[in-house]
Amino acid sequence: MEILFFLFATIAVVAALNVILQRNPIYCAIGLIVTLCSLAGLFLTLSAQFIAAIQIIVYAGAIMVLFVFTIMLLNVRSEEAKVDRQKFLRWLAVPLFLALLGEVYYVVRTVNNPPPQIPATGTAPPVEILGTVESIGREMFTSYLLPFEATSVLILMAIVGAMLLARREKASDVIQTQATTTEPEEEPVISGMGR
Amino acid sequence: MSVDAGFLIEALIKIIIVFHVVLIILAYTVLAERRVLAVIQNRLGPNRVGPFGLLQPFADLLKFIMKEELIPLAVNKYLYLLAPIVTLVPAFMVMIVYPFGPTVRLPYIGDVELYVTRLNIGLLFVFALTSLGVYGIVLAGWASNSKYSLLGGLRSSAQMVSYELSLSLSVIGAVMQAGSLDLVEIVHNQSGAWGMGWHLFWFQPIGFLVYLISAIAETNRVPFDLPEAETELVAGFHTEYSAMKFAMFFLAEYANMFTVSVIATVLFLGGWNGPFVEQVPWLGPLYFFAKVFFFLFLYIWLRATLPRFRYDQLMNFGWKCLLPVALLNIVISAAIGVFAL
Amino acid sequence: MIPLSWYLALSAVIFTIGVVGVVVQRNVIALFMCIELMLNAVNLTLVAFSRYYVNPTGQLFVFIVMAVAAAEAAVGLAIIISLFRSRETLNIDEADLLKL
Repeated sequence: MEILFFLFATIAVVAALNVILQRNPIYCAIGLIVTLCSLAGLFLTLSAQFIAAIQIIVYAGAIMVLFVFTIMLLNVRSEEAKVDRQKFLRWLAVPLFLALLGEVYYVVRTVNNPPPQIPATGTAPPVEILGTVESIGREMFTSYLLPFEATSVLILMAIVGAMLLARREKASDVIQTQATTTEPEEEPVISGMGR
Repeated sequence: MSVDAGFLIEALIKIIIVFHVVLIILAYTVLAERRVLAVIQNRLGPNRVGPFGLLQPFADLLKFIMKEELIPLAVNKYLYLLAPIVTLVPAFMVMIVYPFGPTVRLPYIGDVELYVTRLNIGLLFVFALTSLGVYGIVLAGWASNSKYSLLGGLRSSAQMVSYELSLSLSVIGAVMQAGSLDLVEIVHNQSGAWGMGWHLFWFQPIGFLVYLISAIAETNRVPFDLPEAETELVAGFHTEYSAMKFAMFFLAEYANMFTVSVIATVLFLGGWNGPFVEQVPWLGPLYFFAKVFFFLFLYIWLRATLPRFRYDQLMNFGWKCLLPVALLNIVISAAIGVFAL
Repeated sequence: MIPLSWYLALSAVIFTIGVVGVVVQRNVIALFMCIELMLNAVNLTLVAFSRYYVNPTGQLFVFIVMAVAAAEAAVGLAIIISLFRSRETLNIDEADLLKL
């Protein structure tokens, strides 16, 4: 059982490092997809079968497809190596990263007594039916119906918002902005010719 | 959960057998498509290699292996080589949940279930792997570094993602009636009653129709194959691919067709159920394959008969017509389940 | 059984990597992906706790978080597309018109 955990954990960490260290955004996206799939494997080791399947269907199969579409539609190439105006941030990032990792190490080594029990809503299910679709469905449609409905309204808002924000400008807007931006460029030419 | 050597060996043998059986079925589906298409179009298909052309798949395989492997200069080599793998592996991974038949009794070995494994989220597993298969097409279009490939890849994957929605929604009615996402459980739920227990007749005709149309769009087949066919005239997301890599895309498309046909038989046509299957369990796989082949034949028949949709008609249809009908099907199924049963 | 602290440590490492990515990355889309990385690390924490207290609330929370992340990704990418259309660059350092 530990082998599975270490396998998925190593793949997840390596792919996550890939996300932040790659230059080409498509490689970052692929790194994130691999991270998501290995996290789904970790969810399976935690008896969360439904969540693992939903993670792959929703996150790796839909959200990341959206990311990849955007990268391809905007034709994003690899980053050019320009002068970084905020270079000090990079030198700040590594010590902070190590400090945070040190905190994690401290937590793992010292905190080993189980925290107090959190009271469950209703009766706690046995482990065998913990992650199944039936138990999640039952909880969601009885105790947590309000968040479910609120989520559906949220998704509706997201659909409307995304369509509105990503819509192309109308032709009249484009002509106006062209008129204002090309004027200063033409003036020096005209004044030069007039003289 | 005990993972001992016996379990592993049994699983390995089953996987090997299932893989080879499905691979051979896929190879002969390609041949069958060419022959059936030919008969419908009033000509002969390939019938030279072997009796009635039955050795044609092997000739094709030999050709694919021995063809020159071209890699164009301007492609993104890493993604170019990754794309066929990302398309093919999920298409084949789905095989482990196909329920081929009931439990049979073999001599010397005892009871053997005719499926590799039984997941209690079996249907979600199938949909998850189908969602992952989209990446191969997108990456192939991008890596080929040519305008036509990119557009073909984007259109094809946009179509697949759109129809995945109505695909997933259309099966919810059948899942509600069976009460489980486990494919074996769904087949058990449709047993008996001389075929009238099949979900196709037992209140899911709309679901079946929506599923069928979404599945044909999902696998990029006629009449929804504009991303492949228009770009057949120019290029395609697999234009820059030659020989074995193209064969992988080709095989993945047929594997997707097979997967979708299997899910259609399991969810709507009763899986391995049929007359006398309880007494003679070996009839189970026979009925299963008969139904799956019927769906494959339906695919080929549609390809020979129907013209194709234009891309905007296709997307309109998926979002504005199929999705509301799928949602309506869920409401109707739920109403029937609560009030009538 | 694997101790809970291992899962929490892994989740913290992934979250940290996400934070570093948000600070270091200049490409807006990669920045967004690091935010999604952080959300996933939190999902792992929630599922781990849900398993160790045998309580389905954690998994439900993860479900809702995934739905919210999907909505946020859609709107965020729409904003990025409209940003790109007006500026022709995806470098986040270039979006500094409101700077003093």
